[in-house]
Amino acid sequence: MQLLNTLLIGITAGSIYALMAIAFVLVWRSTRVINFAQAGMALLSTYFGYEAVSRIGSFWVALPVAMIGGAIFAALVELILMRMLVKHASSGPIAGVAPIIATLGLLGVIRAVISMIWGGQDLRIVAPISNNGFTINGSTLVFSPLKLLILGVVVILLILLSVLFQKTNLGLALRASAHAPEIARLSGVRVDAVRTLGWALAGAAGAVAGLFQTVNGNGNFSPDSIEFSLLLVSGFIAAVIGGLDSLLGAVLGGLFLGISISFVLIYVSSGLFFIAPFVILLVVLFVRPQGIIGVKAGRRA
Amino acid sequence: MLKKKDSHKVKKESTHLPLFILGGVILYILSGMVDELRVYQGASIAVYVIAISSLILLTGYSGQVSLGHGALLAIGAYSAAISKNEFGFPVLASFMVAVIITAAGGALLGAAAARLSGPYLAGTTLALAVGLPSLANQFEILGGEQGLLFDVGFPPLSLGEDFTQYKWFFWIAGLAALISMWLVNNILKSRYGRTWRAGRANDVAAQLAGINTGRSKVLAFTISAGIAGLAGALLSMTIGTVSPSAFPLALSFALLTGAVLAGITTLGGVILGAFVLVAIPEVADVIAHRLGASEGVTTNLPGLIVSGLLILTVLFVPNGPVEQHRARKAKHEALLGSTHK
Repeated sequence: MQLLNTLLIGITAGSIYALMAIAFVLVWRSTRVINFAQAGMALLSTYFGYEAVSRIGSFWVALPVAMIGGAIFAALVELILMRMLVKHASSGPIAGVAPIIATLGLLGVIRAVISMIWGGQDLRIVAPISNNGFTINGSTLVFSPLKLLILGVVVILLILLSVLFQKTNLGLALRASAHAPEIARLSGVRVDAVRTLGWALAGAAGAVAGLFQTVNGNGNFSPDSIEFSLLLVSGFIAAVIGGLDSLLGAVLGGLFLGISISFVLIYVSSGLFFIAPFVILLVVLFVRPQGIIGVKAGRRA
Repeated sequence: MLKKKDSHKVKKESTHLPLFILGGVILYILSGMVDELRVYQGASIAVYVIAISSLILLTGYSGQVSLGHGALLAIGAYSAAISKNEFGFPVLASFMVAVIITAAGGALLGAAAARLSGPYLAGTTLALAVGLPSLANQFEILGGEQGLLFDVGFPPLSLGEDFTQYKWFFWIAGLAALISMWLVNNILKSRYGRTWRAGRANDVAAQLAGINTGRSKVLAFTISAGIAGLAGALLSMTIGTVSPSAFPLALSFALLTGAVLAGITTLGGVILGAFVLVAIPEVADVIAHRLGASEGVTTNLPGLIVSGLLILTVLFVPNGPVEQHRARKAKHEALLGSTHK
């Protein structure tokens, strides 16, 4: 029973990491930037969701509101900040690290502005359904209706995303711009617009990750909550495990990470919550530096 | 043969030792002229100078980004405190332990880092910075959330009755800052500095020139970590304790901001970077007061300014104000030269 519990907790947490990893991958594919502000964007979207919940009262309105808000914000970041960055900081010793530094700065700005608007205290979003575990044969699982719901929504989003990428012209444009921007441009794809769209999709995915991370925990969140630092780190690690370039890889990476962390916490020590991702990342980088299904090209960026 | 040997002789550059001694004398005079708060801030600036110069060595020269330098500072601080409290090391020795242990940790991290580049390394160091402070609750010797005491003791009586504690901190940190700046300056100008720059500029070309870029990256990480460890020990000296809350993610980001403000390849800029980091909270306070801002705005204004400066610097003076000025001057002179012809 404990084994099953561990696995189910891991899968639920992993599916949230997978969403975050997808956000990283979408941004990486469209602009070759690791967006360290992703957690800040997810946090901001969670606040959008909070506003929707407290005005309308329904979590089911909050989810799309957070997604749309997150998507618009991410698109604006790409349009304004990222394009300026390409224009101003693409030469000299700083060029290689400029995007990293700029997105980190953005993370700080988002956090500070959120604290100024909503204050630093804990706010709360109540989960739409119960987080009390199912009971089977008299024993209670840790797996709850809420966790089932999270899994369900994540799976639906993943299916929608893969349909978008594999079956639509837009998806083709997204893939083409990622792999061969010059050729895509020659074929009439508006690569810049497609890049912005990639960021917007990432913003929406991150928004869902932020909301679910909040309700899957104790429902509380604040600008400084460690949950979001953890989401940032875990999403990044999941994306790296998956090879950083592949959506499927991101999902597998998220699940792998979620399940590994869950096993470490339950079978080794619950105090390793924050250091476990780092150790797992190091192990993966040493054992399989190209990621689970990444191409064998080494970690050059 | 002899002639060939001569042509290989590189002009020996000065180590600028007199300049650093002069800096020490100026600091000594200054410390006697200002009040307690300024002396304390001076000590903080000295600590930041050390930490930022280690980051410049790593990121600016060897091209490896660390978003987790705060974690290295933490390792140094804990090593110093434990060696002093548990093993009874004298203060100076505990600083050395901090340098050695953090350098060893940096070598380990560097071995992993040499396989990574750019964003991968950034993410890995970020994961370390998020994870490491939580270890304080895992092992009893680390003292949990409350942390450990780190007391370097009163200033020696020979300095006079009214020689204050803060001034003592300032002297120690200032001397350490001068020594490490001098060291870093000369390392960067040495063969190692050149191999790092070569590796950063073009990995393959550097390897062709016979540089083992992997090893040189690990070396950069080791040296940088050792210096960061010293900064950590000094930081906890000025606070008096070592606890996880002294090394938040924000510290790592602030150090990076300082390095970017300094100009990521401009060692001389570190004083500017460190000064700005220490000045920002005070400036923010004045601004918030003028605006009559609410408490929420006031407490978060420093964070906003630090992050905002980070973005603005990267966008508009990407290689730092010092470097920018130098480049503009060079351009100006080149223009003048061409018109005089």
